[in-house]
Amino acid sequence: MEAAVEPGNLAGVRHIILVLSGKGGVGKSTISTELALALRHAGKKVGILDVDLCGPSIPRMLRAQGRAVHQCDSGWVPVFVDQEQSISLMSVGFLLESPDEAVVWRGPKKNALIKQFVADVAWGQLDYLVVDTPPGTSDEHMAAVEALRPYSPLGALVVTTPQAVSVGDVRRELTFCRKTGLQVVGVVENMSGFVCPHCAECTNVFSRGGGEVLASLAGVPFLGSVPLDPELTRSLEEGQDFIRDFPKSPAFPALFSIAQKVMSEAPARLS
Amino acid sequence: MKTVKHKILVLSGKGGVGKSTFSAHLAHGLAEDENTQVALLDIDICGPSIPKIMGLEGEQVHQSGSGWSPVFVEDNLGVMSVGFLLSSPDDAVIWRGPKKNGMIKQFLRDVDWGEVDYLIVDTPPGTSDEHLSAVQYLSAAHIDGAVIITTPQEVSLQDVRKEINFCHKVKLPIIGVVENMSVFICPKCKKETQIFPPTTGGAEVMCQDLKIPLLGKVPLDPHIGKSCDKGQSFLMDAPDSPATFAYRSIIQRIQEFCGHHPPKEEHFLSS
Repeated sequence: MEAAVEPGNLAGVRHIILVLSGKGGVGKSTISTELALALRHAGKKVGILDVDLCGPSIPRMLRAQGRAVHQCDSGWVPVFVDQEQSISLMSVGFLLESPDEAVVWRGPKKNALIKQFVADVAWGQLDYLVVDTPPGTSDEHMAAVEALRPYSPLGALVVTTPQAVSVGDVRRELTFCRKTGLQVVGVVENMSGFVCPHCAECTNVFSRGGGEVLASLAGVPFLGSVPLDPELTRSLEEGQDFIRDFPKSPAFPALFSIAQKVMSEAPARLS
Repeated sequence: MKTVKHKILVLSGKGGVGKSTFSAHLAHGLAEDENTQVALLDIDICGPSIPKIMGLEGEQVHQSGSGWSPVFVEDNLGVMSVGFLLSSPDDAVIWRGPKKNGMIKQFLRDVDWGEVDYLIVDTPPGTSDEHLSAVQYLSAAHIDGAVIITTPQEVSLQDVRKEINFCHKVKLPIIGVVENMSVFICPKCKKETQIFPPTTGGAEVMCQDLKIPLLGKVPLDPHIGKSCDKGQSFLMDAPDSPATFAYRSIIQRIQEFCGHHPPKEEHFLSS
């Protein structure tokens, strides 16, 4: 490992992507996890940083709940979620004594932890660091952007669902990106339609069209729509490797295409 | 707050489970009785969805000698949200904790609600500044309790258990849990699918384990999203939907809970 100079812990990370949404429950953590898995399947070394302090979902999705976090000279050692050690994860979920324990912190304390997470996790060499955020435009987001700014993040993936109520909140998130100088890599529309497994009729459970409207309003690329897939939900709940197990899922082509677009955005950086 | 008889907080640890949708329809349902005065307060500062769901986008708030006037949907249904203070749908409220707390304090102290039977407070997801402030400022004036919203899957329940813990920590009574997006009925073949599978038993098992009432389960009806996007009451748009029946039954249970609390006059829904 490199000698620890101040920006040391992120020096080995080539590209940082934040996954944001103004709206809760649109699938940020799901998309973050699937993006990480897709990048890994494309041969990349990926880290996931889960800065949702109140609702840290990712450890369960990657079957890493309850894992212990260790310290080394450079800081905290992220948890590897696979045998090949190609996906590492840090989440406040690992620091809680019990999964039902609530993190009831006000802003300043949250900011302090996020700064620590960004600076003190010994990621080592990574191709991509995916940063999953809670909904909103508040302390956690400002802290994350400020702490990550010196490392020139690739940008933000903004997630919405099709309905206008989501778009209404996510527009504000796009403003947040603009104001904080965070480039928007593109908009992902999640929960786009549900194909009935009995009769194959596609129903727009959460309305339609929001993702494209949002992308065009903000003048950013529309990366794609990911349909609702209960098998995906079940798989993530049970911490399986979705991309490997469900290549026939309706969500798979969408997710893989989004990952490829992200990779094509990443400029070739000389180490 | 002296002129407000019953105060109900709508909470969830998890985003996107339908807090605002539920809060709005609880308000609509209660206000169907002209003699019941209802107030709906949206303290989601970053993602204020209530104006849209109530069909009040673009409305402005007025100040008078007695304080801020809520925006009225009906004579007996008044609404307040930070959304009314923003001049553009793209405006982002990028505030840290202390500033958000200040706004919530103002909302709770300076809005001239008048004589109100039910004040419903819609909250953002999580367990942070907004929730602490709301409980702090409201508890001096007695909160009837919290209604906690979840969806069936474990990733939601995980966060909701934290929310329940939060309620216990701050001694906030829990009226009960609502399980939203319970089951999807295909509009074509009418067969049921669980889009968000209850891999760990859903809200029912959680409520049994934690000995908390399950107020009801609301199925996923695509019309709910559409009504919200149009700013209309789903209860009026689709009176025969199983989701409407579920909502009405839950609303009745909440009224019964509140009815068991002190003040003399009861207002029962006639339908």
